[in-house]
Amino acid sequence: MSNAELIGQDPGWIIALKGLIIFAACVFLTIMSVWGERKIVARMQQRIGPNRVGKFGLLQALVDGVKLALKEDLIPKAADRIVFVLAPVISTTTCFMAFAVIPLTGEVNFFGHKTAMQLTDLSVGVLYVLAIASVGVYGIVLAGWSSGSTYPLLGGLRSSAQVISYEVAMGLSLVAVFIYSGSMSTSEIVEAQQQWWYAVILFPSFIIYAISMVGETNRAPFDLAEAEGELVGGFHTEYSSLKFALFFLSEYVNIIAVSALATTLFLGGYHALPGLGFTEQWLGGWFTLAWFFIKVLMFFFIFVWLRGTLPRLRYDQFMKFGWKVLIPFSLAWIMVVSTLRVMSQQQAPKVLIIAFIFSIVLIYLSVTTLVDREKAKVIKAAKVTDSAEPDFPVPAIPNSRSEQLNG
Amino acid sequence: MADELIPRSDEFGLAKANEANAPITNQEPASFSKQLLGFWVTFRTMFKKVNTVQYPEVKEETAPRFHGRHQLNRHPDGLEKCIGCELCAWACPADAIYVEGADNKEGEQFSPGERYGKVYQINYLRCIFCGLCIEACPTRALTMTNEYELADNTREKLIFEKDDLLGPLRAGMVPPPHPMYPNTDDGNYYRGEVTTSHPSQGIAKHD
Repeated sequence: MSNAELIGQDPGWIIALKGLIIFAACVFLTIMSVWGERKIVARMQQRIGPNRVGKFGLLQALVDGVKLALKEDLIPKAADRIVFVLAPVISTTTCFMAFAVIPLTGEVNFFGHKTAMQLTDLSVGVLYVLAIASVGVYGIVLAGWSSGSTYPLLGGLRSSAQVISYEVAMGLSLVAVFIYSGSMSTSEIVEAQQQWWYAVILFPSFIIYAISMVGETNRAPFDLAEAEGELVGGFHTEYSSLKFALFFLSEYVNIIAVSALATTLFLGGYHALPGLGFTEQWLGGWFTLAWFFIKVLMFFFIFVWLRGTLPRLRYDQFMKFGWKVLIPFSLAWIMVVSTLRVMSQQQAPKVLIIAFIFSIVLIYLSVTTLVDREKAKVIKAAKVTDSAEPDFPVPAIPNSRSEQLNG
Repeated sequence: MADELIPRSDEFGLAKANEANAPITNQEPASFSKQLLGFWVTFRTMFKKVNTVQYPEVKEETAPRFHGRHQLNRHPDGLEKCIGCELCAWACPADAIYVEGADNKEGEQFSPGERYGKVYQINYLRCIFCGLCIEACPTRALTMTNEYELADNTREKLIFEKDDLLGPLRAGMVPPPHPMYPNTDDGNYYRGEVTTSHPSQGIAKHD
């Protein structure tokens, strides 16, 4: 039975319970990931990281949350009060909603019912996630706008521009997955990866998604919206206490959400690593949950690794990269993928497929050589104009050495 | 005139400096594989020994000549070395030291010679620990200890008085005020000829 059919038979109380569990798991994972990030980044900088509260500092994020909640809640005089309060709420709710369509396990026994750990299975599940992510941008934009202050406004503008541009690349990278799996439902995409992960077959798509998901979540090295040196705190500069905590929470839930989506679409979701398929039956199928979270946490580690390694990009370079590299590249890649897909579906002869791939490589090589030649020309031209001696007559500089020698 | 500014020789290594200051010709970013090396650096660092010192629990020794809290020293018989000359206060660039000298009187002798420091204050909110006061001190009365934990919660507590700064009484020392060692003058003290207290000066501290 497919996940969609399994979930369709759920009674109301199971749906409610699942929603609660997913929410609790997200909050718990967020708290632990804040701790994990601080620990890992600390190690990368040869520090220990939090180690005061609880064993290994495990309770640090929890205590930070309590501290935030107890702080004075300030609303600036110039702020638009209603929108100011609404913005963090939008941000937080939307990032949780993305989890509704992520399949966490295969078929399991849930309090005597046969079901799958997935709240709902929409036939356009992935589009739903993209839509929700877009609504999440409103939280940031409105927070920046309603603060009635310059830095938040600039930060909000930046991050909305960033999220919108990278969402285009992200959406395009998913097209190849839709073409290959023939579905937009998350559980069906997972099932379609039984043999080969899409991270392998559609490697370029995977790379584009991985890059754009970092841009999408406003994380380092793309954390221009929160560039401390330029914009103080960015869109949340004017926020304090619980409202700030909500933004903080939503940032981390967002990271987990895009990682979960990446796991689902490219790394075979809750399925075991190749060769370890027998583990999927352990604990009555519940062991698949472990596989899912192992993959998600691996993505999370990469997020932290990026933050620990790379400096922040300059804004124009960042935009240039998104619009002039990622998007055209994804478009070209989609064309190649769809042509190949149609060819294999129409049972085209192998020679034709090989010829097609060969011609693509040829086109790519000729384009790059042409571009390189143009670049070399530009550099050469620049060198000519850079010469120290101007080619028009100039009067000698008074008291200069050459004048004294001549006169 | 102007050409005097043009270097005529390379004796100061100006050619080298010019070379270093030359504009960067290669503006291209490093190759992709070179950029990836950064990831290896951070990954490798995760398994290195951490540098953190668990400070309040573990305290590392300072360098032997670390500039910490000041101390007002004593002569071996317990008399104070400070003569209230205020040279430390004059030397202080941060104006952190306040000294009031007074005359030593018969039966109320605090230091050898005529004068002693009656009031001695160091404001540790101003002190920059440069050590110029120590260099200025003519009797080596003022030195610095290695103590660095000087935080407190009020401004008043961080103005250290003479009592806070005076060094401890060691074995053989008599707490001042008391007369000088019999048949000596301040010169004997400065030349280091007084090595312990005399019974006539008072009851010495035993260890």
